[in-house]
Amino acid sequence: MKRNYMNPYIAGTLLGLVLLLAMYLSGRGLGASGGLKYCVVSIVGAVNSDHALTSEYYSKYFEGGQNPLKNWLPIEVLGILAGGFISGAFSRRLKLKIEKSPNISNAKRLIFAFLGGVFFVYGAQLARGCTSGAALSGMAVLSVAGFVTMIAIFGSAFIFAWFFRKNWI
Amino acid sequence: MGPISSVPGFPEWLDLTIAFLIGVGFGFALEQAGFSSSRKLAGMFYGYDTTVIKVFFTAAIVALVGSQFMSYFGLLDLSKVFVNEYYVKASIVGGVIMGAGFIMGGFCPGTGLSALSIGKIDAMVFFIGGLTGAFLFAESFPFIQNLANDSYKGPVKINEIMGLSTGVFTLILIVVAIAMFWVAEIAEKKFARPDITSQL
Repeated sequence: MKRNYMNPYIAGTLLGLVLLLAMYLSGRGLGASGGLKYCVVSIVGAVNSDHALTSEYYSKYFEGGQNPLKNWLPIEVLGILAGGFISGAFSRRLKLKIEKSPNISNAKRLIFAFLGGVFFVYGAQLARGCTSGAALSGMAVLSVAGFVTMIAIFGSAFIFAWFFRKNWI
Repeated sequence: MGPISSVPGFPEWLDLTIAFLIGVGFGFALEQAGFSSSRKLAGMFYGYDTTVIKVFFTAAIVALVGSQFMSYFGLLDLSKVFVNEYYVKASIVGGVIMGAGFIMGGFCPGTGLSALSIGKIDAMVFFIGGLTGAFLFAESFPFIQNLANDSYKGPVKINEIMGLSTGVFTLILIVVAIAMFWVAEIAEKKFARPDITSQL
C-alpha cells in the first residue's frame, strides 16, 4: 500500500532545515541545475577535450587539471538521487512509469518533458540558478536576485499555463 | 562558529561528504512533499494543488528565521554565507524562460531529479532535456554573454534596498506567506478536482 505524501507544511519545514544545515555546514544554499552543468562540462571534456580546453566557457572548469565532477554541486545532485530513492522506497512509490494526464499520449508527454528540461536548465544557466539555487536559497539569504528570479519563474509559469492547459487538465 | 567548512584546512573529502548528505536530505524532502509528481507540481498553476507554494515558502522562512537566530546566538557568521549576485536582466529573462520550461515539463531541475530517482520515465526525459539545455547554453554563451553579464548589481539584499532591518522584512515576509497560504487553501477548494493521488 502506498503511503500518502507528507503534509506540505511539515515537508516544507524539513526542506527548510536541510537548507539551514547547508548554510551552517557549507556556507551555501541548495542547488540542482548547477550539478547538471558540471555533468555537461565533464561529458564535453571527455568527448572533445580540444574544444573544452580552448573554449572560454568550459576551460575554467579544467584549470590545474581538476575534475569538474569533484565539486560540491554534482556530488550533492548524486545525494538528491539517493535521497529521493530512499523516500520512494520508504513510502512504496518506486515504479517505472510515465506520469501524465489521461488526455494526452505518452509521446506528447515525453516531447514536452524534454522541451521543458531544455528550457528550464537553459534559463537557469542564464539566471545563475534554478528554483533551488536562485529562488529558494536566494530568498533564504534575502538576496534580491532570489526574489526577482522567484517572481519571474512563477509569474511566467502562470501566464504560460493557459497555453498548456490541455497537457495537464 | 559556522559555516563549518570555512575553518582553515577543512578537508575536501569532508566537504564533499557533507554535499552528498545534504543532497540526500534535499531529495528525501522533495519526494516526501510530493514533488516527484509532475501533475502535483503543475497543479500549482491551475489552482487544484497548491503544495508547491506551501512547501516553498515554509522552507524559505524556516531557513531565513533559523539562520537569523543562529547568527544572533553567535553560531553562524552570515557574512560568510553565499548571497546570490544580482544581474537584473539575466535574472528576469532567465526566470521567464524557466517558467516556460516548468509548465511544459512539469518539473524544475531538483524536483525532476527526485522524480527520476523513483522511476518516473518522463523525469528521465526531462533530465536529458536539462543536460541538452546546459549544453546549448555553454555553446551559445559567446552570443549571450552580454545579456548574461549586463546590469550587474552585486550581492544586494532586498531589505537593504527597501531600507528595512532584516527582522522587520522577515516579519513582513511571514505575514505575506500566511496570506498566500490562506488564498491557496481557498483556491484548492474552488478549483478542486477528483483526487488523483492513486494514479500518481
